[in-house]
Amino acid sequence: MSSVAELAKSRELFVNLTLRELRGKYKRSLLGWTWSLLNPLATMVIFTVVFRFFLKVEPDPGNPSGLHVFAIFLLCGLLPFNFLSNGITGSMGALIGNSNLIQKVFFPREILVAASIASWLVSFWIELGVLALILVLAGNFVLPWLLPALGLVLIQTMFVIGLGLLLSVLNVYFRDVQHFVGIILQIWFYATPIVYPIRVVAAALEKYPAIFTLYKLNPMVRFVEAYRDCLYDLRFPPLLDTSYLFGVSAATLALGVLVFTRLEPKLAEEL
Amino acid sequence: MADPAIVVEGVSKRFRLYHERNRSLKATIMRGGRARYEEFWALRDVSLEIPEGITFGLVGENGSGKSTLLKCIARILRPDDGKIRTRGKMAALLELGSGFHPELSGRENVFLNGSILGLSKRELTARFDEIVGFAGLERFIDQPVKNYSSGMYVRLGFSVAINIDPDVLLVDEVLAVGDAVFQRRCNEKFADFRRAGKTVVIVSHAAEAMRTMCDQVAWLKDGQVVAQGRSEDVVDDYVDEGHEDRVAVAADEAQSRWGSGEVRLQSVRLVDRTGRQITHPSTGDAVTFRLRYRAEKAVPKPVFGLALETLDGTWLWAHHTRDAGFVPDEIYGEGTVDLHVPHLMLQTGTYDLSASVVDYTATHQYDYLRRCLRFDVEHGTPRESGGFVALGGQWSSADFDA
Ligand SMILES: Nc1ncnc2c1ncn2[C@@H]1O[C@H](COP(=O)(O)OP(=O)(O)O)[C@@H](O)[C@H]1O
Ligand SMILES: [Mg+2]
Repeated sequence: MSSVAELAKSRELFVNLTLRELRGKYKRSLLGWTWSLLNPLATMVIFTVVFRFFLKVEPDPGNPSGLHVFAIFLLCGLLPFNFLSNGITGSMGALIGNSNLIQKVFFPREILVAASIASWLVSFWIELGVLALILVLAGNFVLPWLLPALGLVLIQTMFVIGLGLLLSVLNVYFRDVQHFVGIILQIWFYATPIVYPIRVVAAALEKYPAIFTLYKLNPMVRFVEAYRDCLYDLRFPPLLDTSYLFGVSAATLALGVLVFTRLEPKLAEEL
Repeated sequence: MADPAIVVEGVSKRFRLYHERNRSLKATIMRGGRARYEEFWALRDVSLEIPEGITFGLVGENGSGKSTLLKCIARILRPDDGKIRTRGKMAALLELGSGFHPELSGRENVFLNGSILGLSKRELTARFDEIVGFAGLERFIDQPVKNYSSGMYVRLGFSVAINIDPDVLLVDEVLAVGDAVFQRRCNEKFADFRRAGKTVVIVSHAAEAMRTMCDQVAWLKDGQVVAQGRSEDVVDDYVDEGHEDRVAVAADEAQSRWGSGEVRLQSVRLVDRTGRQITHPSTGDAVTFRLRYRAEKAVPKPVFGLALETLDGTWLWAHHTRDAGFVPDEIYGEGTVDLHVPHLMLQTGTYDLSASVVDYTATHQYDYLRRCLRFDVEHGTPRESGGFVALGGQWSSADFDA
């Protein structure tokens, strides 16, 4: 069969699987699609109460936007991190949860991971749409900045697919990978300036610049900063940061594809 | 002759049997790297050529590697050695279910499965009614498939696979699940397939059905091809070779057992005229089914019974001592009961015997052994043409001699 036909066939399957994921996620819940929004909003409220009002975390005003709202500052970091965390967790379930398919039918297995991530990507888009609405209501004319933000989403999607491919297949071989990843995601969350501004870390690590450099190697630090640049501050993220993010994401994707293609042929018998 | 539909060249497949039941990252790191496992060759240097447009069978004992070979052909397993070439669109129906999602409805699963097998939404919509109709599931199609019985599951899977119109259809042991009507319809579909010049590969351990269904058969044994050729020849050899390792199952190895235990069946045997145990009687032989029992206390009027079924579960025959008017007033201690059969009127095939002891009203079971003895019947006299039972009839005509 020609590879074009194979690709067209895979596309249809990919769309179908993604729709299935989306339907499965929201089907039986009373509020349907709004769940997708209630979750981050609830987190937003909790974190705002705890960090803004109890712990007095003070975000910087947007520069140049002048926006100064903790809840929005928080959402700009929380939503991208949720995409990462949901995408990875979803991927790890994608192969194991579809073992019946993998053991019975032949098709390119990476589609399962891609479809799971795509379904979370759709949720992410919807959340970003709502965030844009909130931003406009709060006085940030964000519309022109959505384009660079979508560029960031694209780069982050590469990153998430890379990690998703890697971890999903490892999780088949070692079933406790998901427990480790669960712990790592928690640490990762607080190692990323989501509930606090990066300025706080810079100040705390003033005497240890090496550690601060290390801290900034975490791609999520720069993703969150870059999203905030576009959405909160209304400015372009530094080119150096975006290049770094692109490089890391491309490398992660390459690693994920490599490991996945190496381990994929034995999936049916390892499951 | 046309190109073969499937060429299997020197295929070997190895499985790893891990020693740890739970393979975890933690355990692997603590062990310092490699997992310990044994290797097991499920297929060894298998070569086959399956011509286009025929129905091809794979027979062999359980565990001989039939399903493994079929999965390699279906590209679900990757062989460790050798090559497999296939031509055309392929659909596979592997043991139970063909990848349905239990939470989704039958309808959603048809669309999902169809798109996996390469059909577009438009094509599926066009064929949807036919798919559901063939499976006979119109009323259930919007229910989640987790509520389906195994028969419904298989019917839907089969219906999808067949209606995507593949060039090659792979079927593994699934037809035994459906009812007789569905099996007949499947056989008709196979015939249609053959007429349309398409290729079907069927796997079964029930050899008799293969004799009539297939044009060619390959016999697998311990992962190797023992014979390949015309189905009658290969199936005859397979049946006659008489699965040597199969001996009378001791009473405690029966497939399942229940009962209150005042009387226990200690063994169930098939013996010949001289009392020697046999596992491969021939049609027409004189045989005896011998039950040994032990009654822990005095048990009044026990009834002993025997029943025969075929591998696919068809109930062939049953007989018990009450109907024969052979009931003792009381038994106590050990003893035997024999059923003499002057002529075993069964045709070649494999049969399972169940045995029971019940009380006189047949409402209380002392001991029941389901499928406790399996035996193979070989060619003997009379030699009749097909089916399970031999009637021993004679052809004659008032109008001609032959
Ligand atoms: N995933 C697996 N891992 C380990 N062993 C397996 C696996 N699948 C099958 N086997 C073994 O391979 C042998 C052949 O199995 P199979 O192909 O299912 O036989 P058949 O279909 O002829 O009954 C059996 O001994 C079985 O236990
Ligand atoms: Mg099998």
